[in-house]
Amino acid sequence: MTTQTIKTERKTVKSLFRSDAMQRVMAFGALIVLFIGFSLASPFFRTFENFVGILLATAVNGVLALGVTFVIITGGIDLSVGTVMTFSAVMTGVFITNWHMPVPIGILAGLLAGTTAGFVNGNVISRMKIPPFIATLGMLYIMKGLSLVISQLKPIYFNDTPIFREMAMGSVLGRIIPGFEVPNAVLIMFGAAFVASLILTRTILGRYTFALGSNEEATRLSGVNVAGWKTAVYTLCGFFAGMAGVLIASRLNSAQPALGSGYELDAIAAVVIGGTSLSGGEGSILGTIIGAFIISTLTNGLRILSVPQEWQLVVTCTIVILAVFLDILRRRR
Amino acid sequence: MTNPESAIDEPKLLLRMEGIYKSFPGVQALSDAKFDLRYGEVHALVGENGAGKSTLMKILGGIYNKDAGRVILEDQEVEITSPAMAQHLGISIIHQELNLMPHLTVGQNIFIGREPRAKIPFVVDDKSTNEKAIRLFEMLNLRLDPNTKVADLTVAKQQMVEIAKALSFNAKILVMDEPTAALTDAEIEELFTIIRQLRDKGVGVVHISHRLEELKLISDRVTVMRDGKYVNTLNTSDAKIDQIISLMVGRTIFESAPELPEDPNQEVVLEVRNLNRGKVLRDISFSLKRGEILGFAGLIGAGRTEVARAIFGADAHESGEILIKGKQVHIKSPGDAVKHGIGYLSEDRKRYGLALAMDVKENVALAAMKKFLRMFGWMDSKKTVARGREMISALNIKTPSLDQKVKFLSGGNQQKVVIGKWLTADTDILIFDEPTRGIDVGAKSEIYKLLNDLAHQGKAIIMISSELPEILRMSHRVVVMCEGRVTGVLNAGEATQESIMKYATMRTDVILASA
Repeated sequence: MTTQTIKTERKTVKSLFRSDAMQRVMAFGALIVLFIGFSLASPFFRTFENFVGILLATAVNGVLALGVTFVIITGGIDLSVGTVMTFSAVMTGVFITNWHMPVPIGILAGLLAGTTAGFVNGNVISRMKIPPFIATLGMLYIMKGLSLVISQLKPIYFNDTPIFREMAMGSVLGRIIPGFEVPNAVLIMFGAAFVASLILTRTILGRYTFALGSNEEATRLSGVNVAGWKTAVYTLCGFFAGMAGVLIASRLNSAQPALGSGYELDAIAAVVIGGTSLSGGEGSILGTIIGAFIISTLTNGLRILSVPQEWQLVVTCTIVILAVFLDILRRRR
Repeated sequence: MTNPESAIDEPKLLLRMEGIYKSFPGVQALSDAKFDLRYGEVHALVGENGAGKSTLMKILGGIYNKDAGRVILEDQEVEITSPAMAQHLGISIIHQELNLMPHLTVGQNIFIGREPRAKIPFVVDDKSTNEKAIRLFEMLNLRLDPNTKVADLTVAKQQMVEIAKALSFNAKILVMDEPTAALTDAEIEELFTIIRQLRDKGVGVVHISHRLEELKLISDRVTVMRDGKYVNTLNTSDAKIDQIISLMVGRTIFESAPELPEDPNQEVVLEVRNLNRGKVLRDISFSLKRGEILGFAGLIGAGRTEVARAIFGADAHESGEILIKGKQVHIKSPGDAVKHGIGYLSEDRKRYGLALAMDVKENVALAAMKKFLRMFGWMDSKKTVARGREMISALNIKTPSLDQKVKFLSGGNQQKVVIGKWLTADTDILIFDEPTRGIDVGAKSEIYKLLNDLAHQGKAIIMISSELPEILRMSHRVVVMCEGRVTGVLNAGEATQESIMKYATMRTDVILASA
């Protein structure tokens, strides 16, 4: 085959316009427009402290959305990530504060709790063949209940272990570059996103994530252990939820058992705004991170403009529906 | 005729399948089927649609589990329980339906499930995937870019990817289920060259095809199946095509060929002008007369169903006009279509044609509820029962009672219920999408007779079918489509398997080049 024939088959401008990269570009454009808009509207928005605040507010949702990106690319959904996150935070609290275990063990316990929940989700979905929507809706309430039971309805504080709070709220960057006090939580999110992106684009797990969402039956007929890899995807999603749980516990210096439901919607919103298709097969981590930033920028900006919180909900969810509509329009041609 | 026994009992067998039984709910797909394959031969497997060829091969490929029977691979009895196991045993299948992942690239599709790995655990090596793919394409003489997304390829190119994928397994047995259906003559010749190379290397190739003239070119032996049973195995060099055909059809088909109305009324009831929707429908124009059966032929994915759905208002179209009895109409929904007297009988009766859990009389009334309503939304049960009775006798629907849920009826009788439904809705234009799919031979001829009767009564009928004999026997005229275009309109006299296939494979680039 000559190189010439290869070149003629390269993407034309038209097909680029249709591609999923387009929605990412648009999302990034929207983020910049939001930033400029809010900066013009309020001097309080355009301060370094506020930008750091936005970054910090993105961290937990960003990490949560990483796992959800994988699940949605397979054509599935995970509604349980919010309360799995809570459960992981509570388990970390139980290990560190109630049982006086070392901090690293507590963090591991939190990660393991989330991973286990994801593993259960994966098996229920791929082997018991329960639709993901139902399976993870069930898990949402199971996790909520368990969190309340284990914590006995009370927040668990990490007052004996100040180092735990440092993990998310300290600033390694600030120590290196004085004055540039960006909390570690933000670095952790970017680090996790980088790893997630590598997993999605370079590893066998990422490949099967796309394959499952693209044509599950064809993947099965290619001899791929579909149930096993689907379980792996939900397990990974649980792992990221566990990570978000440890992060939020560190950030709040406490495990709040009543917190968590509602977070899944923000995470799904971030994924969808970032151009990942709800019908599966397409998506990217970069898009998800941009999506998470759009949501926290919007929340932050609206709050600074004194828009009541209830209205923020209306605005965010309207944007999510528009983003899905855009995806459907793109798909139709 | 050669002695069939002599063609079977050869010593060096690569594969033997015998006494295979398989049933699906309501259908005995295979009963006592058998098949064998030697090293280094191309063995054609032929039979009508529904004869059980694909089912038999899907059992070999581990996609279906057999109910009974033995599979002996190189003198070892094997139980093939999954596609992965079949691959492991060296059995590769190219399926009739394309089985690709549209969002992945060509290279990624070919090596799915056995990606080349980098040194780091779990990391896939896309560079070497592409290199391996390019080497494979060079070996097979294919012009493909491993980096293209499969969704951006034409159906023919996608088929090539499937073939490359199957061949990349170094298979001992290669099963091809209608591999040439979407290919042009030049591409078929390329494919056959590859098949001959493989055969000479000792690979056993199973070739399922409807195009009998191909068999002479490529196969060494041919096995005929009918109604899920083994009929005979012949050496291709001794067999005549007529002989194969008569083995395939038995006697049932030709005696059921019914009379068409001599001359359809000249009044044009439906005219479609320049219908467009993206790449799916391109400048579709045709007309349909009263009392006419207009066949729609083409390969899978040619856009025939899409035309029907556009006319019926199930999908929107971007531009074009639809005229009914000379007047332009705007059909925006199936509701509009029904008002204009158009009925659509989907290829998937169970999903789109019937309310399965409802009974016969209710289904018959479904598209014309207004006729059966009294005040305040009350159903007129007397009228419903009367109409149901009428349809059962008019269409000869075999059902124990009016109250039988349609899911318990056979495929043929279900189809009749759908026809009854559209007759009740006073439709003049009926679009049949694969009217005999999944219907057994006996009921088929009844459906054919019914289609003829409807045409005689002055209904205008569009019949979409993938079975060429059905198209040839039933149509006054045949519209042939390829890649979203109408590539030919043939009168009954000019339509032959060959002429239809010629138009059905007339791809866009050919048309553009000749334009």
